Amino acid sequence: MNASVLAPAGPFAAWIAEAGWLLFAAGALIFVFVMVLLALALRRGAGPVRHGLWIVGGGLVFPVVVLSALLAYSLSLSVRLTQPPPADAIVVGITGHMWWWEVRYRDPAGGRDIVLANELRLPLGRKVVLGLSSADVIHSLWVPALAGKVDLVPGRVNHLVIAADTVGIYRGPCAEFCGEQHARMELVVVAQPEAEFDSWLAAQAMPAAAPAEALQARGRAAFIDQRCVACHTVRESSGVRLGAIVAPAPAAVAPGRATLDPSATLGPDLTHVGSRLTLGAGTLPNNRGTLVAWISDVQHFKRGARMPSFDSLDPATLQALAAYLESLK
Amino acid sequence: MTFPNSLPRPPEELPRLAAAWQSPRGWRLASTVKNEHIGLLYIGVALLMFVAAGVLALLMRMQLALPENTLLGANTYNQVFTMHGTVMMFLFAVPVVEALSVYLLPGMLGARDLPFPRLSAYAFWAYGIGSIVFFCTIFFGVSPDGGWFMYPPLTGKEYSPGPGADWWLLGIGFIEISAIAGAIELIIGILLTRAPGMTLGKMPIYAWAMLVVAFMIVFAFPAIIAGSTLLELERLLDWPFFIAQRGGDPLLWQHLFWFFGHPEVYIIFLPAAGMVSMMIPVVARTPLVGYRAVVIALVGVGFFSFALWVHHMFTAGLGTLSMAFVTAASMAVAIPTGVQVFAWIATLWRGRVQINSIALFLLGFFFIFVLGGLTGVMVAVQPFDTQVHDTHFIVAHLHYVLIGGMVFPVFAGLYYWMPLVNGNRLSERLAKWVFGLMFGGFNIAFFPMHISGLLGMPRRVYTYAPGQGLELWNLVSTIGAFVLAAGVLLFFVDVARTLLRRQQERGNPWQAPTTEWLPVHQFSMRSIPNVHSREPLWDHPGLPAEVEAGRHWLPGTSSGLRETLITSPVQARILHLLRLPTDSWLPLIAAAGTAGFFLLATVELYPIAYACGIAAIVAVVLWLWELDNPPHIAMAQIGDAVSVPVGARGSASHAFWGMVVLLVVDATIFASFMFAHVHVSMLLNICPPPGASLPEPIWPLLAAALLAAGSVAIALVRRVLGSRIAVGALSLTAMVCAGSAFAAQMIGHGGLEPTADAWSATIAAMLSYQGLHVALLLIMGTYLIVRSASGRLRADAHATLDTTTLMWHYTTVQGLVVLGIVNFLPGWMN
Repeated sequence: MNASVLAPAGPFAAWIAEAGWLLFAAGALIFVFVMVLLALALRRGAGPVRHGLWIVGGGLVFPVVVLSALLAYSLSLSVRLTQPPPADAIVVGITGHMWWWEVRYRDPAGGRDIVLANELRLPLGRKVVLGLSSADVIHSLWVPALAGKVDLVPGRVNHLVIAADTVGIYRGPCAEFCGEQHARMELVVVAQPEAEFDSWLAAQAMPAAAPAEALQARGRAAFIDQRCVACHTVRESSGVRLGAIVAPAPAAVAPGRATLDPSATLGPDLTHVGSRLTLGAGTLPNNRGTLVAWISDVQHFKRGARMPSFDSLDPATLQALAAYLESLK
Repeated sequence: MTFPNSLPRPPEELPRLAAAWQSPRGWRLASTVKNEHIGLLYIGVALLMFVAAGVLALLMRMQLALPENTLLGANTYNQVFTMHGTVMMFLFAVPVVEALSVYLLPGMLGARDLPFPRLSAYAFWAYGIGSIVFFCTIFFGVSPDGGWFMYPPLTGKEYSPGPGADWWLLGIGFIEISAIAGAIELIIGILLTRAPGMTLGKMPIYAWAMLVVAFMIVFAFPAIIAGSTLLELERLLDWPFFIAQRGGDPLLWQHLFWFFGHPEVYIIFLPAAGMVSMMIPVVARTPLVGYRAVVIALVGVGFFSFALWVHHMFTAGLGTLSMAFVTAASMAVAIPTGVQVFAWIATLWRGRVQINSIALFLLGFFFIFVLGGLTGVMVAVQPFDTQVHDTHFIVAHLHYVLIGGMVFPVFAGLYYWMPLVNGNRLSERLAKWVFGLMFGGFNIAFFPMHISGLLGMPRRVYTYAPGQGLELWNLVSTIGAFVLAAGVLLFFVDVARTLLRRQQERGNPWQAPTTEWLPVHQFSMRSIPNVHSREPLWDHPGLPAEVEAGRHWLPGTSSGLRETLITSPVQARILHLLRLPTDSWLPLIAAAGTAGFFLLATVELYPIAYACGIAAIVAVVLWLWELDNPPHIAMAQIGDAVSVPVGARGSASHAFWGMVVLLVVDATIFASFMFAHVHVSMLLNICPPPGASLPEPIWPLLAAALLAAGSVAIALVRRVLGSRIAVGALSLTAMVCAGSAFAAQMIGHGGLEPTADAWSATIAAMLSYQGLHVALLLIMGTYLIVRSASGRLRADAHATLDTTTLMWHYTTVQGLVVLGIVNFLPGWMN
């Protein structure tokens, strides 16, 4: 996974990288020039100096000329980077939490929100506008391969326009200290051809697959029994949401089990968790084994995370839960 | 040539002078107020903090040496990096440059001591106690862990419920008192106590640098004092200044913090630049090229630095146009810095340079600081900054400019000025090793961070995943850090050895040109020199012998106490004799009481905290009681044919101007609270917000009238000094007016609910600040009445009245401004 400012995979990052190389070259030249002057000053014996040449020439004229040029370049670069996005840009809402990313797409078919977490996918070549806000403290969204960073400030909605022109997977580490696990809050960004993106988004818009095997069904039952639904939403068919804000008629829900608790947005939406590349916002890769490890011992991998370790669960239940979540593709 | 005083000197003059300046022996030395002792203690504690915070850095580097390392857990690491930054910035960087000025400036200016010695002692002890207690929080696991910059909402009560943030806000907050006290000393000392003939144009560059820095402290530190107060009030009382859900704004903190934080880094750099300007002429054996340009450049940096703070907020989502202005200003500040760099190189070019320990560290400074300054220009380009902000690239940049720009010059300065301590120099042989280890170690530690930042490594992360290409750079950085630490360790070994050597005759080992190298004893120099040039010891080689023989001004003591001269601010013409206070335990007791109050309040041990606070106030009152005495004689003889007045009254008094500086600080703190109010008001759609309301007009009008009446009453006291009854009556009237004005204000705001929304909270904050001042006026008014009743308030001794009057008028104006802004701003905004 690429996270380098100097290996840009999108136009904005490319302009900034170009600026970076230019600044480095100019800076290196000036540095060498000053060091050479210094070395020469040490080698000479005593002798007169032309006050005006040094103070006015070196101290005033030289920096003013260089910095004026630099300022003009910087302003032109800013203008290029803050062009308003085109009308057909995709809009995605991102809300920062301690320590995960809530991601909301708009379903092009129905206009509803498609809620996922910790992963952002982009179609190649199209601009994507990210609306950034925070549910708790200040975070910062930074995908070095694609663009500069913008902070997620409570009480404000900031915007970042990004675009990718190279297929790949890119890291998006949180870039504003946000507490104990700031180091483990990474957004995974996947850039794919437009057709693949469209089918991915359509799949994300679908409700969760019903359990196909007994193990997965046992996992779904455990998901409710263990109160995972208190924090995590899984959007099932017929409008039922496990752990939903929207309350359908209680009879349609597994009797006495599913919660209609509105606080079930405390944790990431898990409707399609099986399709994600990582768990825990970049902490672990996503497979059956790591799902078991994460559920039973999340505090070991990400101490202080709001999810408790379910370490009293027996291995069979853990396997069932992992099978169920893995099936939510 | 005629001298102010002729030889031979009377035989009792020298012993009498020595007796006046005698320091206490043994443990009683803790009651000293002399700058030579306080300065050394201050430097010592600051260097201790440097080492302590450096050890924390080594812990961080050990944790980051390997990916997914488990040496330090997340929680511990976050405390360690917060303490590293906080201790380095607040408890080492600013204190060490102030401490060096306490030690060096009087000698460099031709004064016997600083103008307020007891204030320096108080400032040092407050800092000394506070910093050690604050550092110890790491041993108890209760250190702040929100970063040195303490951004809310993370550091608000909800997300940081523990005491760590309170330690920072109260602990660091009260240490700012030391910085402010230092600034007052510097401004008054540099402008009013220079040697006769040392005009502003002949003053050493270091004094210019410290003068600029002192003014910067006056205008920058209040913002952090106000901000810390607001955040502590939010944590303690739930006044939601920074809580978005109730109308507050996290960015309000950032504005206040960085309005302080950016000038802060120049407050750290400019003294070092001033020291470089002193040392380069010595190693090049020629005067500084472009003295006047350098002075203008220092002032220029001081000014510009206040316009740059928003470049720390380039990614916060503020407008593009404002960012463009900030980019321009951030680049502009490189120009006066460039002027100084070229002046220094030109000086080296003109002279014949001898490479010794001092020169080595100066060369290290050039290399590292210029590199850091250039990466600074890079990050001034806002688009580039959006990539590298909050990454290890910035960690590299800040260490290059701070270690290069301050630590290396300070080390050069320690090598240069060490002979002032006990006549011995540090080892030239070891210096090469110290320099090699420090310079090499520093670059190996920090250069790779430019790369790891560009490879995607954010700041303040306790670990990183393997496979990103970060392993090599982090390991190399860690090795470099230990090499740097080895150099520092070797340096302190040499310092210990040198300080333990026997006192030597110092002479002028580097053939330096400025007056701190005159012969000194416990009374500093034997006589205060006439100065006619920028390089007195070069242009006037006989000066040391003349001063030592007592041929210059004030070779003895007129009152039997400690004295120095007050001279005019620009031309340094002699104005009057200044009698300085003697050693005393009261500043130490007052400092301990102040420290006790703030530190115990942090752990909510309120009864003892209040007791400490009262002890501090009592100590201050006793200390003040000993001051403001009438002159022992009308005119004191300082030369054969020259006598000057003893002390001065009213606006000719240095204490008057010290108070003025304090009130500028006060006003700036108040302006910061006002800014908070305006900022949250601008976020509202309707002002006042629903549920809140303005007072009925009768109350603000009544308050305004009473405030004005109080000022009039106190102003009249000056005319009735002869009558104790009249003084008492007028003072009492003024106190009643001030108290009832405040009561009227509070009644008008009877329905105020500060916890409901940020608008109300900011009004409550301004009212609280006004209330604090009214309480202070009541104390000062009472003190004034007691002073008058005891017969000590007289026509020839009324500094107590003058300072009280200044504070009174200030409080009146502040009160009127509060009334105005609260009552009229909503109308202007709607």
